[in-house]
Amino acid sequence: MLRGTPFHSRTSALCQARNWRRWAGYVTAGSYELTHEREYYAIRSAAALIDVSPLFKYMIRGPDAVRFLDRVVTRDVSRCAENQVLYTPWCDESGKVVDDGTLARLGEEKFRLTAAEPNLRWLHDNAVGFDVTIDDISDSTAALALQGPTSREILKCVTDADVDALRFFRSTPADVRGIPVTISRTGYTGDLGYEIWVDAENAEPLWDAVIDAGTSYGITPVGMLALDVARIEAGLILIDVDYVPARRALIESRKSSPFELGLGWTVKLDKESFVGSGALSKERQDGPTWELRGLEVDWIALEKVYAEVGLPPQLPTVAWRTSVPVYDGGRQIGYATSGCWSPILKKYIALAHLHASHSRPGTDVYMEVTVEHQRRKAKARVVETPFFNPERKRATT
Amino acid sequence: MTAGHRFDAIVIGGGHNGLVNAAYLAMAGKRVVVLEKRHVLGGAAVTEEIYPGFKYCVCSYVVSLLRPEIIRDLDLPRHGLEILPLESTLTPLPDGDHLVRWADHDQTRRELYRHSPRDAEAYDDFGKLMYQLAVAVKPILAMVPPDPTSLSPKDLLGFARLARHFRGLGEEQFHALFKLMTMSAADYLDEWFETEPLKATMSASGIIGTFLGPRSPGTAYVLLHHYLGEIDGAMRAWGFARGGTGAVSESIASAARRFGADIRTEAGVAQVIVKNGKAVGVALENGDEFRAPVVVSALDPKRTFLQMVEPKDLPDDFVDAIRRFKIRGSSGKVNLALSELPDFTCLPGVGPHLRGAISISPSVDYLERAYDDAKYGAFSRRPYMDIIIPSMIDPGMAPPGKHVMSIFVQYAPSDLDGGWDETKREAFGDAVIDTLAEYAPNLPGAILHRQVLTPWDIEREMGLTQGNIFHGELTLQQLFCMRPTVGWADFTTPVRNYYQCGSGTHPGGGITGASGRLAALKILGGRPR
Amino acid sequence: MTGPYDAIVIGAGHNGLVTAAYLGRAGLKVLVLERREVIGGAAVTEQVFPGFKFDTAAHRIGALHPAVVRDLDLKRHGLEVVHADPTVFAPASDGRHLLLWRDPKRTVEALREMSPADAEAWIPFSELIGKAAAVLRAAWSATPPEVTGNDPRDLWSVVKLGVGLRRLGKRDMVEVMRILPMAVSELLGDWFESDVLKGTLAAAGIAGMFQGPMAAGTVYAFLHHHVGAGGGVLRPTARVRGGVGELTRALAVAARGHGVDIRTSQPVERVIVKDGRATGVVLSSGEEVAAARVVSNADPRRTFFDLVGPTELDPEFVRKVTNIRFKGVCAKVHLVLGELPRFSGVPEAGPHLNGVISISPSLEYLERAYDDAKYGAASRRPYLEVSIPSVTDPDVAESGKHVMSIVAQYAPYRLKEGEWDAAARERLGDAVVGTLSEYAPNLESAILHRHVLTPLDLEETYGLSEGNIYHGEHTLDQLFFMRPVPGSARYRTPIEGLYLCGAGTHPGGGVTGFPGYNAAREILRDGKG
Repeated sequence: MLRGTPFHSRTSALCQARNWRRWAGYVTAGSYELTHEREYYAIRSAAALIDVSPLFKYMIRGPDAVRFLDRVVTRDVSRCAENQVLYTPWCDESGKVVDDGTLARLGEEKFRLTAAEPNLRWLHDNAVGFDVTIDDISDSTAALALQGPTSREILKCVTDADVDALRFFRSTPADVRGIPVTISRTGYTGDLGYEIWVDAENAEPLWDAVIDAGTSYGITPVGMLALDVARIEAGLILIDVDYVPARRALIESRKSSPFELGLGWTVKLDKESFVGSGALSKERQDGPTWELRGLEVDWIALEKVYAEVGLPPQLPTVAWRTSVPVYDGGRQIGYATSGCWSPILKKYIALAHLHASHSRPGTDVYMEVTVEHQRRKAKARVVETPFFNPERKRATT
Repeated sequence: MTAGHRFDAIVIGGGHNGLVNAAYLAMAGKRVVVLEKRHVLGGAAVTEEIYPGFKYCVCSYVVSLLRPEIIRDLDLPRHGLEILPLESTLTPLPDGDHLVRWADHDQTRRELYRHSPRDAEAYDDFGKLMYQLAVAVKPILAMVPPDPTSLSPKDLLGFARLARHFRGLGEEQFHALFKLMTMSAADYLDEWFETEPLKATMSASGIIGTFLGPRSPGTAYVLLHHYLGEIDGAMRAWGFARGGTGAVSESIASAARRFGADIRTEAGVAQVIVKNGKAVGVALENGDEFRAPVVVSALDPKRTFLQMVEPKDLPDDFVDAIRRFKIRGSSGKVNLALSELPDFTCLPGVGPHLRGAISISPSVDYLERAYDDAKYGAFSRRPYMDIIIPSMIDPGMAPPGKHVMSIFVQYAPSDLDGGWDETKREAFGDAVIDTLAEYAPNLPGAILHRQVLTPWDIEREMGLTQGNIFHGELTLQQLFCMRPTVGWADFTTPVRNYYQCGSGTHPGGGITGASGRLAALKILGGRPR
Repeated sequence: MTGPYDAIVIGAGHNGLVTAAYLGRAGLKVLVLERREVIGGAAVTEQVFPGFKFDTAAHRIGALHPAVVRDLDLKRHGLEVVHADPTVFAPASDGRHLLLWRDPKRTVEALREMSPADAEAWIPFSELIGKAAAVLRAAWSATPPEVTGNDPRDLWSVVKLGVGLRRLGKRDMVEVMRILPMAVSELLGDWFESDVLKGTLAAAGIAGMFQGPMAAGTVYAFLHHHVGAGGGVLRPTARVRGGVGELTRALAVAARGHGVDIRTSQPVERVIVKDGRATGVVLSSGEEVAAARVVSNADPRRTFFDLVGPTELDPEFVRKVTNIRFKGVCAKVHLVLGELPRFSGVPEAGPHLNGVISISPSLEYLERAYDDAKYGAASRRPYLEVSIPSVTDPDVAESGKHVMSIVAQYAPYRLKEGEWDAAARERLGDAVVGTLSEYAPNLESAILHRHVLTPLDLEETYGLSEGNIYHGEHTLDQLFFMRPVPGSARYRTPIEGLYLCGAGTHPGGGVTGFPGYNAAREILRDGKG
C-alpha cells in the first residue's frame, strides 16, 4: 500500500472527493472538495493549505557545503546569505537539467535542498572529495505550503517570528505554538505564500494550529488540481510534465538545458566551474535551440472552432498534462506541455517549448485543439511568463 | 518408400525451436514434417502430469523472451497462448528479513530504500541504462550473424552494419555494453549497488544455465535479458504461460499444424541420410525413412553433428570445433506437489509474494560457494534456487487447494564426481528441500510428491547433451558469430541442405524461438547450395 | 615558484623515465619528480639487508619495447637482459617435476616422460600462443582507438588490427578470436592432461589477477605475458643483470643525457589545475613548479583522486575512476639463504634453479588458492613464483649465500577479518615459507633473513593503489580502449595538459616500457607548445 504523508490523519479526514493521487510514492489529495474550483480561489483570494511533504529533501552540512553545492547547482551559492533561499536547477555533465528545487541556507555550513526526484546518489557521487555530509531527510521532514493573500496574517497569529519582515525567498526559524519549524517565503503558486518545514512527528499539531488560526482568514485545504492551475499561471515548470529529467531520459532529445526551460537566469557562468558549466557556456554563446514560453490562446479563434460544431468553447478547468503540437502554418515549431483555463485571468493559457525562431513574445502561432474528435488549430500568442504575477508575491508590508 | 514419406522439409526435434521453425516453413507453403522422439511435444518446454492432478513444468518454467514477432506471425494467442504476469521477486534472507522487487516502481523503491537509500536510486539509473542497452542489442538478436572469416560482400556488409550500429550508440552506451560483455555479474553490480541480496538476486540471472559463478567474468551480459523482456513492454513476453510451458509448445504446434505441418511424436530420428555431401532425408530408429531436400536439426550441436551425421561427412576442423563446444550441464530441477502453500518465515502467510518468483540467493558469497562445490565436482550443498508456484498463477495447474512448486536448482554438475545415480539424485533433492526448509519450515511436511531431475536425467529424458538447458554454454566465445562455431553461425552446416535451428545456434537460450525463426528465414531466403 | 618546464613527469618508475627521456630527446625541458629517495618505482633493486640486492617489487621483466632499448641506447648505459634457461622449474605434487626450456624441442623431450600426449601438443600449442601474442604485440604499439569516434586514424588502426588478425589465416584467426575471452583452464584443458603443466602455464594467466584460472578472460592475461617472448618460449623469465634497478638506472642515465632533471625525495602534493588546465605541481614542501604539461606515472586513482582531486572532475569521470578495479593480490617475500634450496627429486644445484620456480602443481591448486582470497583471506597454500637471481648473477649476494625473491598469491588487499598488521605479515611469511618447504625441506633452516611485503606494504612503499602491481587489473573490461577508463584511453585526461604514462594505461603492467613510449608519442603529437 502506498504511504500517507505525516499529515495523512488530517488530510484523509477532510478529503471528501477521495480522489487520491500518487506523488513520489505517497498518496496526496487531488482535491478535498468534490470540485476544485473553490480551492483554486482560496489560493488567489484567501489562504490555501497544501501538503507538500512528498518533496524529496536533503540536508547538506559541512565545511565544504558551499563549495560542494556550488559545484552541483547552477546558481551561485557563495552569494546565498544565511536564511536566504535559492530556486535552482542542477545539471549533468552535458548541461542538461537533472532536477530543480529550492536550496535554503539554514546556517553557515548547513543547507536544505528540495528535489522532485530522488537525488541522494547524485549528490553523493558529486561529493567525492568534499568535506560534507548529505542526509536524506525526506521522510523525517514534513512540509506545508500556506499560500494566498491572507497567509501572512494567519502566520502572524501562530508565531512570534517577524513574518512581516520576511522577504521573498528568505527563511527564518520560528516557533509555531511551541513547535519548532522553519518558515520560508516560497511556494509553487506565484502568490504571496510560505512553506513551513517541520519534523514529521510534529506534523499533526502543526496542521491543527494553522487550520485553527486560519479559519477566520478563509483557510482551505487545497489539493493538487488547484495547485496545478496556480503553478501554470505562475509559469512554474513541473518535472516529468514540462521536462524530462536528464537521468531518466531514454533518448538525448528528451533532455533539456536550463536555457531551454526558461531558467537561463539561474545559470551563473561567472562562478567556479560546476557540473555542466562547460556545455552551458557554449550553449549561452550559441543560443539555445528551444525556449519555454507562455501561450495565450486567442479567444475569438477558440470560439470559432467550437462554433463550427455548434458548441461554445470547452475550457480545460482541470489542467492538462499532455504534449500538444504547436504550429506555424503547416509546420510544427513546438509543443505545449501543460495548459489550463486561468480563472483569474480569464484566459486559456499553456506552457510551450518553442523553436528559438518562434519564441519571441508577440509571435502568433497555432496550438492544436481537439474539437469533437477532430484536430483543429487555434491561434495563440507567445507571451513571457509568469502569466499572473501579483505585487503581493514579493511585497513587504 | 511411400509418397507419404516425402516432404519439402524435415525438422528433427519437436522442441519449441523446432516447432517454430516448422511453423515458419509451413507458413511459406512448404510441406514439413516434425519428428519428435518423445511421446509429448515441447522438448524442454513441456507440461506433464507426473503425479495425478498436478501439472509439472518439468524443465523450463517461465516464458522469458518469446519473440513478439513470433507471437504475431504465428498468431499464437489464437492457438491458446496466454502469458500471465510473474512480476515480483522475493529473496528471503537467513536473518528473517527479505527483499522483494515488485511490479510497482514506488513499492520497489520503498523496499530497496529500506535496505539502502542509494541503491533505491541506483536501481532506476541502472534500469535506464539496461533499457537503453537492450534496445541496442535487440537488433543483433534478430540478425543472422555474419562470418568474420569470410570476405564475401554479404558478410563484410554485415560487419559494416554492425560497426555502424555500435558507433551509433554513443560512447557511454558502447562502453557500458563492452563492460557488460566482459565483466562478471558481481563486479558489474558492485559498481552500482551495495545491498547484498539485491546484487545476488540480480547476478543469479547471470549464472542460470552456465557453469560459472557470479564472480566469473562473462556473466554480466545476461543481466540484459530481463530488460530485453521489458522493452517489449505491454506485449508481455515475460511471464508464466497458462497451462505451463508445455502450452507454449502446444500453441506453436497448433499454429504449425494450421499451416499444414505434419507433427509426429514417438518418431525418434536415428540418422540423417547424407548422399554425396548432401542431406536427403532421415532414418528413424524404427527403420522408417523420410526424404526431403531440406533437413533441419533442432537438437543441440553435439547431437546435431556428432550423432545425426557421420564424422566423415564433416571437415575435421569442424568436428574438432564441435567437440570443443562447451555444453556442461550445471542445473537441475525439482518439482513438488504440495498439500499447502509454503509459509515463509520472513513473510508469513499467503500473500502476493507467492505469485511471483522466489529466489534463494541471499548473498553473492552464497552463490559463489554454491559454485565452488560444483567446480570440484559436487552438487551444491546449499544451492541457488529460482522458484515459482505455478498453481498460484494458474489455478488449473493443481487440484483446488493444492499446489505445485517448480524449483530450478543450481549447481548440479553434469560431470559429478563418480557420476550420477539414483541415490545421489535423491541426496540432491534432499539438499534442495533442506535448504528451502530453512526459509519455509512447513515445506517438507507439505510435500505430496517430488520429482527430481539432475543433468543426468535431463540428458536421458529430454535429449539435452549433458543436461545443458541452453544447448551449450552462453559464454562470450560461444555467442553470435561463434555459436556454435565460426563460419557456421548462419544456421547452415558443412553438409549441404542440412540446417540447425536449436538453442545451440544464435541467439540461443531460453524460450525465445528466435533460433527457430531465424533458421527458417535463412532456409527460405537462401538458395540451396 | 621555479620553472617553468615544458613538462613535469610525476614518478620515476620505468615508464615515467621512458616518457621523460623521449620528451627530453625531442627537445623539451623536462623535470622528473620522484617521491622516494630512489628512482625506479616498482622496477627497483634495494639492499634490504646490507650486501644483498633484492628486486623488491618486480623481479622479472617483460618484453622491453625494442625501440626504447635502441633509441635510448640502453645497452651502452649498462643494460644487460638475462634470459633464463630453463625458464621455469615446477615441482609436481607426486615428487616429479616439470622443466620448461627456451628451446621447444628440449621441452618436448622433458615432457615426454610425464605425458607423451602433452609432449606431442607442446609445439603446436606454443605456436598458437606465439601467433596470438603477435596479434597483441601489434595492438600494444598502437594508441587505442576511440571506438565510437570519427577520427579516420582510429578507423585505420582498427582496420590494421583486423588485417593483422586475418594474416594469421582463417584457421588460426578463428582460434585466436575464440580463445581470447576464454578461461585459461579451459584452453589448457583442450590441449594438455598433465596437472603440473596445466597449473604452471595457467599461473601466467592469473599472475597479479584477482581471478582463478577458471575465470573467463585469463587467456588474455596469459597472452599478455607472452608478448615479445619469441618463438616457442612459454612462461619466459627475463631478468636484468645486477637487478631490475639497473634498467631504471640506465633509463635515468639516458634521460639525463637528454637534459632531463631528475629529483628524488620530492613528493608531489598536487597538480595545479587552472580553468581545466594543468599548469604545474605543488610539492609537499610547498614549492610550486610550473610546467606547460604534467605527465603522471602514478596509477590513475592516485593521479585523479590524490594529485588532481575529484572536485576538479566531472562526476561521471569520478565514477569511472572509482570503478577501476585494483584488488591487489600479490605479496613479496625476500629471503637471504645460507644455502640453495634442495628440491625433493632434484636435491643437487643445477640449471633448474636458473629460471623461476613455480609452485603450481595443478589448476585445482591455483583455484583453491583463489577460493581463499575470494572470501577475503590469504591463500593457505599460495601460488608462488620464486626467483634466485644469485644463481646466475652472483654479484647480488655475498659470496656463498643467496637471495631468494618470492611473489606469493593470493594475498588480498582487503581482508575480511583483521588487517595487514605485523602479525598478519608474519603469518603470510610463514605460509609462504611453509608452502615452499613442502617441496624443498631444507629451506627453513637455510633462511638467514626474511623480509615480507604485504599488498598494503606495496601500496605504501611503491604507491601502488591497493597493492596492484599493474596499476589496475588486467581484465578484459580494463584493457585497450577501456584502460584506464573508457573514453580516456589515449594517455590524455579530461584535464588539458595532464597526461598519464604509467602501467594504468594501455597496454598495461609489466616492465615493458610500452605505456611510457606510447604516452611520449601522444604528448609530442599534441605539439610542443
